[in-house]
This record gives sequence, C-alpha cells and structure tokens, in this order.
Amino acid sequence: MNDNAVHVRGLRKAYGGNPAVDGLDLTISTGEVFGLLGPNGAGKSTTVEILEGHRTRDAGEVAVLGRDPGRPDRPWRSRIGIVWQNDVAPGELTVRETVRHFARYYPAPRDPDEVIELVGLSEKADARITALSGGQRRRVDVALGVVGRPELLFLDEPTTGFDPAARRQFWDLIRLLARDGTTILLTSHYLDEVEALAGRLAVIARGRVIAEGAPSSLAGRAGKTATVAWTDDEGRHELRTDSPTGTVAALGRRFSGEVPELTVTRPSLEDVYLDLIRGTEGSEERPS
Amino acid sequence: MTITESAPAALARPVRAPGTLRLGLARGGIEIKQFFRARDAVVFNFALPAVLMVLFATIFKDRIPDAGGVTVSQLYVAAMIAAGLMTTSFSSLAIGIAQERDEGTLRRLRGMPMPRASYFIGKVLLVLVTGVSETVVLLIVGVSFYHLHLPGSALKWFDFAWVFLLGLTACTLTGIAASSVPRNAKSAAPVIQLPFLVLQFISGIYIAVNTIPKGLLAVGAWFPLKWMAQGFRGVFLPDAAKSLEAAHAWEYGRIAMVLGAWCVVGLLLCLTTFRWKTRRDG
Repeated sequence: MNDNAVHVRGLRKAYGGNPAVDGLDLTISTGEVFGLLGPNGAGKSTTVEILEGHRTRDAGEVAVLGRDPGRPDRPWRSRIGIVWQNDVAPGELTVRETVRHFARYYPAPRDPDEVIELVGLSEKADARITALSGGQRRRVDVALGVVGRPELLFLDEPTTGFDPAARRQFWDLIRLLARDGTTILLTSHYLDEVEALAGRLAVIARGRVIAEGAPSSLAGRAGKTATVAWTDDEGRHELRTDSPTGTVAALGRRFSGEVPELTVTRPSLEDVYLDLIRGTEGSEERPS
Repeated sequence: MTITESAPAALARPVRAPGTLRLGLARGGIEIKQFFRARDAVVFNFALPAVLMVLFATIFKDRIPDAGGVTVSQLYVAAMIAAGLMTTSFSSLAIGIAQERDEGTLRRLRGMPMPRASYFIGKVLLVLVTGVSETVVLLIVGVSFYHLHLPGSALKWFDFAWVFLLGLTACTLTGIAASSVPRNAKSAAPVIQLPFLVLQFISGIYIAVNTIPKGLLAVGAWFPLKWMAQGFRGVFLPDAAKSLEAAHAWEYGRIAMVLGAWCVVGLLLCLTTFRWKTRRDG
C-alpha cells in the first residue's frame, strides 16, 4: 500500500455502542520510534491490539507492514514482535529454554543467548521463570518480543515495575534496536520514557489523536514562553518571558556575574500533555 | 552489549519458516518438560489414581461369586486404569488450557508465527506421554499387589491398544473442548473436577460395575469412560467375568462405536468452540 510501517485512516471500534476508537488516524514511518500517550480508557490499548492483529475493527483503513492486520497470517506475524502489558506466565522452563524455544517459531531469529544478554538476563539464563522477580520476568517478555528479529516491535508499558537502573538499561536496548532498523511503537505512562526514546509521538484522547509531533515541539512546546527564575535578597523570582536570553543577559548585568540559583525552564512534556488531556478524561469506554 | 552482524531487519527475509510438525514436536518437548518439573501437579495427576486404586482395591477385595474367581480388587484396578487415562487427558487438558487462556499464554502464542496445529500436536504428545506413564504405574501396582493378570494373547493386547488409543483420543478432544467452559483460571479445577467425579461414580469406577444401580450406569453409558473401563476389564479379567457386565458381554463393537462417536463429537466441539482469547479480550 505504501512504505509506512503503520498506516491508519478513520479507525473505529465500539464496545456495546460506546466508541473506544472514534475516527483515529496514525502514520508511522519505517524505522521510527513512535510514542503513543493517552489516559486510561482513551482507546490506546484497543488501537494497539487492532494493529497487532488481536482485535477486529468496526471501520477504517489499516495497514501494518503493508498488510491488513485483520487477516493476520504466519509470514506477517513473523515480521512483528509484541511485548505484552502483562507478565509472561511463570513457567517451569528456564530463561534460556524459553527464549530458545520461541526463537524456533521464526524464519530468521536472533541468537537466543545474544538476546538474553541484550535484556541483561545472562546471569539468570539457567534460572526457571518461576524463580524470577517481576522486573526480570518483564525482561523475558522483552526477549521474546525481539527474538524473532521483528521489523516492527510493539511495546505496551514495557518498563512497568522496573527499577531506575533497569529502565535505563532497557532504554539503551530500545535505542540499539532502533539503530538496527526496527520500527517501534511504544505506549507508556512514563512521559520521560517517551521523551527519551520516541522521535515522534501522538496523544490519544476519546478515541482520537488530539496532538502529534516530536516530543520537543508537541503542541507548540518549543515556541512557548519560558520561565526564568532566580533568587535575590527578597527571595525567589519567576518571570515568564518570550525572550529568556535577553532576560538572562539583563540579570547577568544586574548581578554583575553569577545569577543566584538561575533556572530557565520551558513547559515539560508532562505540562503539555496534562494541558492536552485536561477535560477529556472521564470518557465512558472500557479502561485500557 | 551489541547486536552482532545483523543486517537491517528487512533484509533478513524471506527464509522458510519451520514446519508445523517440527514445531509441534518442539512444543510437545516443552509441554512434557514443564509437566514433569511441576512436582505438585505430577504428584496429583499420577498419584491420585494410584492412591484411589490402592484404597478401593484394599478395602473391597472379596472374591465375586460366579465370576471365574475374579476379586473386586481386580475390577477396581481395570476401572482405575480407565479413570487414570481420562484424568491425564480430559481433566488435565481442560484445566490446563483454561488456565493458559486466562493467563494470556494462548493469546501470546497467537501473536507469534505458530501454526495452530503445532499447539495441539504438543498437547497430544503431552497426553500420550503422561497417559502411557500413568497406565504403566497403575499396571505395576495392579500386577504387584492385586493379582491383575497381563493379557496372555496378542488379540487381547490389540484390544487393549485400540481401546487405549481411541479412549485417549476421545478424552483429549473433549478435554480441549471443555477448556472453554471455565470462565477463569481459578474456577477451572472445580468446574471440571466436579462433573468428572460424578461421571466416575456413574461409570462404574468407584462403585463396582456389578453393584451400581442400572439406571445410573445407563446414564454413564452415554459417555466414554464407562466403555473404556469395560474394554479394559475385557482385557485384564477372565472371560467368565463377562457375567458382571450389564450386557453380560464385553461388547467391543459397541465400545468402538461409542468411543469413535465421541472422537467425532469432540473434534467438532474443538473446531467450533475453541478460543485463543478470553471472553473479555473480545
């Protein structure tokens, strides 16, 4: 159909008459790391599950890797990887046995031991999955998602339950995969994670995309007023200005040198996001 | 931490995907490995029929009059082999698959390039291995302690083999179909075990076939278990024991018919009702 990894136009899905996805458009280019944000119940999970070939749609034009995910077949499935929101069921197999087994499903898998190292489980490779911590099981999930060398990887809340160090390690892994040419669709509640990883993102609310762009420029974030703050004898001062550089220069002259506790901040992704979804919460469809 | 010598993802294709049978064998391998590593389940699945066999065959061991010297213990041993076979096929699949569905294991598998048939081949291999092991355990106990005689003729072994395989097939298929009945993993065991327990009573497993009320046995006769037990009695007991059966015969023709019919019914149920997702997954 076209060269985009994901192409969605006018996607609709309702549960019992309540629209969960309501005319959603989305385009993800090949090789992109794309973030999907939105409050619970916004239609995020429904959208992702339709793209993964796990849910039927009511209407709309959808192509994932050039194919209709409503009619998934084996060759198509071997080109996508999925990291599910819930943990892998604890089994009696070891990490190595599990990754090795599932690697066999794919025509051109990655080396299982390499994948285990990639997700940082080399030391636990011979431990049974029942003996792993929640965060370690999550990494098994990630290993199973990437072992087939997918062209498109779905990551649904991948780092929930990770400690900060494990999250950083996971981010490195995602960057590595992206550099390798993998297209990645990431949904996350952690805005810093999306900001760190995604080249572009979309905010979904009430089943539609309400904003789309690079994290740094989402909803005019780059152009917005900055806040310059500093401290003097009278206490803390905050000044909202369109010309922060000039303000800082003026402050520099006033203090003739260092400005005490100087900060220049622009609205964070979180500020912009919360602004965007304000008033759109409380939609009635099922939670994601 | 590097991905060595991997070409851009898109260039690695297309390569021939592994075959359905090969993946089925691989699935069978991990199913069996998982089964035998879960010690509690092994103990429960394997020991329960053996423990029940020992209990019943020890408590009730009188010689039955006019039945060629057959003891009640021998009846129990033959019947318990049938029940053990149904436990390893019907109930373990019905409960196991219901749990896999609820835990999302099935949905996960469907997200991978796995031919559906490979999953079922794996389950069949699991049932074959566990069913054969269970039967061997029960035969050893029966022969060692309860005067069970292994069949002396090739014909009897042949009867044993086809009753075993046909019964196992029927129970495997109905077990896969029954896995759709429990609504979640927690309810799976009680929802499956209770009717199975009742079925064992009315199929002449716990109550010897010559003492169970005829009306109850007639209900049991609609299901495979009664016929499997009857077929095994015909193999392991002397022919004079025919007199204990409701029809005063082993009825191998009818056994084949009923078990064959359940294979067909089970297959149709599997094909029409099997779900990879839970109801709430839509």
